[in-house]
Amino acid sequence: MSAVLTRRRPARGKLARHGLAKHRGPAAWLVLAALAVLTAAVLFPFALIALNAFKPPAQYSAHGPLSFPDGFSTGGVSTFWQTADFGRALWNSVLISGCVCVLAVLLSILNAYALGIGRVKGRTWILGAFLVANFLPQEGLVYPLYDMAKAAGLYDTPLAVIIIFTVIQGAFGTYLLSSVLSTFPPELLEAARMDGAGRARILWRVVVPVSMPTIGVLLVFFFIWTWNEFFLPLVFLVSNSNQTVPVALGTLQGQHIMNPLTTSGAALLGVFPTIIFFLIFQRTLTRGVTVGAVK
Amino acid sequence: MTAIAQQRKPGAEAATTRTRGASSGAAGGGRYATYLLPAAILFIVVIAVPLALNVYTSFTNWTGVGPRQWAGLANYRQLVHDSEFWASMWHSLALVAAMAVIPTVIGLLVAAALFDVIAKRFGPRLASVLRACIYLPQVLPIIVAAIVWGWILDPQYGALNVGLRDAGLGFLAHDLLGDPHTALLTVMAVLVWFQLGYPVVIFMAALQRTDPALTEAAEIDGATWGQRLRLVIVPQIRPEIYVVLLTCTVASLRAFGWIYALTSGGPGEATQVPSYYSYQSFFTNLDVGYGSAIATVMTVIIVAVSVVFLWAQRRHAL
Repeated sequence: MSAVLTRRRPARGKLARHGLAKHRGPAAWLVLAALAVLTAAVLFPFALIALNAFKPPAQYSAHGPLSFPDGFSTGGVSTFWQTADFGRALWNSVLISGCVCVLAVLLSILNAYALGIGRVKGRTWILGAFLVANFLPQEGLVYPLYDMAKAAGLYDTPLAVIIIFTVIQGAFGTYLLSSVLSTFPPELLEAARMDGAGRARILWRVVVPVSMPTIGVLLVFFFIWTWNEFFLPLVFLVSNSNQTVPVALGTLQGQHIMNPLTTSGAALLGVFPTIIFFLIFQRTLTRGVTVGAVK
Repeated sequence: MTAIAQQRKPGAEAATTRTRGASSGAAGGGRYATYLLPAAILFIVVIAVPLALNVYTSFTNWTGVGPRQWAGLANYRQLVHDSEFWASMWHSLALVAAMAVIPTVIGLLVAAALFDVIAKRFGPRLASVLRACIYLPQVLPIIVAAIVWGWILDPQYGALNVGLRDAGLGFLAHDLLGDPHTALLTVMAVLVWFQLGYPVVIFMAALQRTDPALTEAAEIDGATWGQRLRLVIVPQIRPEIYVVLLTCTVASLRAFGWIYALTSGGPGEATQVPSYYSYQSFFTNLDVGYGSAIATVMTVIIVAVSVVFLWAQRRHAL
């Protein structure tokens, strides 16, 4: 039965592919139309931001958010930039996300070396603990962490947030990188051992360079995930000079002092960095999402 | 040829793993453990101790200053009789539907349509452009996306109601987030918009590793598109479906940013969720013991959900 199937398959497959590939029947056009409508709906908010971010205030109040801009004004953006001290917030976000992604990757590499290649005893349980730690709701950790940070003098400092996210992101990185390293080619390790390389040397000279593609994905992911975090930074970074981009946006929104134009300016400034990341890292991102899923 | 290669790979891998495991495991598994030391210390300080302290605090009365007073199960007893807590739990289920169930179902249809119809008949380039556009909301910080939607849905100057009024449909204009009957549904719709791209990207990648011969065979045997999707494609990408459902469910229980920026749990308690409720108890009501009890319940639920999912996934993988 299966033999017959496999023997017949190539011919029929070719036929089917040849017959269908160029055929765009009404059903295919219908599917395309439905997807086009869906995509337009998904993109609609982005279009609205673009339409309104630089609209002159007079036109906004007269014709509303849907009118096409008849002039160019940076009023909304610059007002928001000043009220939120946005330059400062950008710098804080870059600092925190940058430190977290490097430190969390380092932590993941050390753990994954012991678990994936060293095959330390009880590794299944250790990996399970890391995975659960990554899933834990931050609400269940926040108050004790807040209390401890106050006692240690780290409250309202970027360092507190960096330490916490290094552990949370590192927990995910450990899980992912361990499963990647558990299929590391043993010949490479054996060859390095023959050459007299010690464990540390093998890690930094053999394992890390070979695993660079996965490590690169993790760096990008940790950076963006940390950049987008809101809950813990909101609790820990209370003073304006320490706030990250999402916290600066969120607290201004919470104070209800924004008008429509500063809101669209704020939205533009909030969207802008992530769109830049998206364009730079698009390939890494889509590849990385899938790596995370299959492992 | 490829079939042979694929068949041999797992065997070869298992063999090499076994030899490697034997040599390094016997020689010095103990010395590799030193690499876990930094993580062990950080893990204890940042995860284990706070987790234990939170559970302990949930059995006490505490305002955040001074000593905790032991209260036994009082916080949990209060929780059981607290209608706002139960409302928040039901709203969580609604958010699981909006962030996990609905995006998984729609995402499966969209991914299959992109993979099966668009990529094959209109070219893979168009398919990947559409995929990128649908994924775009996922890269936004939640708070930014929530601010944008709060602005669109604003009853006075928001694009939605202004647009309806301009089109002469003013009678349809509605304060969607301000009406307790529509607030939760509106938040759910926004969450679907945000979340959809994630399953689409994962499922499209999953479809690429499925065997096209199976789908073609089913097509030749006269299976309809729906039958092919249900009986041929879904079983092949089951691991990805599990992962998407798990990660989206966990994400939906952490909907703090959305609620904070869109509704603050209101109007009334129409969109209250455990995450926001615990935050309010901690930092607004200064009832830290009660907040800890809510957070402990959340932790137990999320750990239970992840364990069940991982167990189910493992069982299917074997």
